[in-house]
Amino acid sequence: MTLLEARGVTAFYGDFQALYGIDLKVEEGETVAVIGSNGAGKSSFLRTLTGLQSSAPESIRFHGEPIGGLPAHRIVALGLAMVPEGRRLFPSLTVEENLLVGAYSKRPGPWNLERLYAMFPILGERRNNPGTALSGGQQQMVAIGRALMSNPRLLLCDEISLGLAPVIIKDIYDALPGIKAEGTSVLVVEQDVGQAMKVADRLYCFQEGRVSLEGRPGELGREQISLAYFGV
Amino acid sequence: MNASHSTPISALVVRRGTRTSRVGVVVGLMLLLAIIGAPWWAERSSQRLLAEFLYVLALAQMWNLLAGYGGLLSVGQQGYIGIGGYCLVVLGLEFGVNPFLIVPLAGVVTALVAIPTAAALFRLRGAYFAVGTWVVAEVFRLLVANTASVGGGSGTSITRTVMGIPAWWRESTTLWIALALGAGTTLAVYLLLRSRHGLALTAVRDSEPAAESLGISVSRVKWFVYIASAAGCGMVGALIFITKLRISPEAAFSMDWSAAMFFAVIIGGIGTIEGPIIGTLVYFLLREFLSDYGSWYLIVLGSIAVAFMLWIPCGMWGLVASRFDLHFFPVQRRVGNLPVEEQTR
Repeated sequence: MTLLEARGVTAFYGDFQALYGIDLKVEEGETVAVIGSNGAGKSSFLRTLTGLQSSAPESIRFHGEPIGGLPAHRIVALGLAMVPEGRRLFPSLTVEENLLVGAYSKRPGPWNLERLYAMFPILGERRNNPGTALSGGQQQMVAIGRALMSNPRLLLCDEISLGLAPVIIKDIYDALPGIKAEGTSVLVVEQDVGQAMKVADRLYCFQEGRVSLEGRPGELGREQISLAYFGV
Repeated sequence: MNASHSTPISALVVRRGTRTSRVGVVVGLMLLLAIIGAPWWAERSSQRLLAEFLYVLALAQMWNLLAGYGGLLSVGQQGYIGIGGYCLVVLGLEFGVNPFLIVPLAGVVTALVAIPTAAALFRLRGAYFAVGTWVVAEVFRLLVANTASVGGGSGTSITRTVMGIPAWWRESTTLWIALALGAGTTLAVYLLLRSRHGLALTAVRDSEPAAESLGISVSRVKWFVYIASAAGCGMVGALIFITKLRISPEAAFSMDWSAAMFFAVIIGGIGTIEGPIIGTLVYFLLREFLSDYGSWYLIVLGSIAVAFMLWIPCGMWGLVASRFDLHFFPVQRRVGNLPVEEQTR
């Protein structure tokens, strides 16, 4: 069943148009990657999905329901959670409190503190530390855990590898299959094409606010992706 | 840290209480009983000072909730104090309602006034919001000053509302209500912060977009804080003017109320529950010592507040808490292995 369906999504910042009619689908249980260079519209697309950017009601359907233009907190309550770019942990809160904020919408589901500490043991060890006292990679784990605490049906990850060492990126990406195994679908937005190709069942490439390529990673050729990514 | 690594999660306990907090509960209860009994053991002047301390504490807690936890920098809470005070005039003089009953009613009235006000103010952000709150308070003052039926610009006496109540009862009930407001607001803020809404409130203060994207309705949280704080200030306002027996727009909507709140919260420690208590104590001590120096008193008060903002932004309680890890009102969740006694202080 189709979990998320975006049809002709547009986004504007004042006069500037960031998205020109994006069509995208995520099926239940699927991991989908969106790749594209800086300014291709990836983050704008995620902001639109999560209600931080306005859009036409019918342009985005989640589990068949139109969610375009709903306020962000209502979209989270429906089961769509985002790991924001730059992690954005709450500096006054400890690791555990950051995670508990994620559970605010009280959606029932498999994720709780115990499960998260089993997946990321370092967070269990450092649960009483201020969230922002952790290393970049550990903060990213908190950000992912915080989003999972809302027990989403679809987890949106915005550039989770940004600014992290390759070995840490691998640790974080290694957690994605476990998340998927719990029945949570994942949409990752990445500049790192290699990483995205490894985890994704399907892939979309954005270029200048449009979908320039769509397909399964195994079926797409290197040159095809390069053309869709850079436009040359 | 290493010990917890090998401990299964199920053997861990989450506690927010600390040994200090348990001492705090005992000391607090004893204080509470002592103040309730004050009419039988304290002089009338000490009772009045105590009542004043308690209602300034309530104001400080309300401003701390707004600015320290909600991130809403209001400089116009005197608007709600004034409306609370004028409830005495309207409900007491016009309708003959018992003045002590007016205190909770004033809370309801100010909350109702705060709802449409919030709708207008929340369109503004940051410094504009602060200026907006001040403008609103001034508008309230001018509206009252231009209403002849409540005494206009020169105000009115409200002695008639307390006629028939014996002096002892009047003084004692004032103190008890002041205690209910001072202790009640402290307890209410504490309970709010320990609930999941408290986490949401802190999250909103730290980062609005991140909080919103985690399912927290930022606007709803802010509304709640703003209206609760207005209601608190309104109740205190009614009580203040029961003790003064005369009200005028200048006195009721005075910026001095806000100045007292800022001072207590900033000196004591913004964003902590203990801070306003310490700050209010310091405010009263300074006032007692400096009352003979006229306007110098205000200059010293202002200078101290500025010095704290520059060099000790965490306030006096912030210094103490970080140095000795003391928490009388612990709102953070603490996790430790069983037994917990070794880990809590």
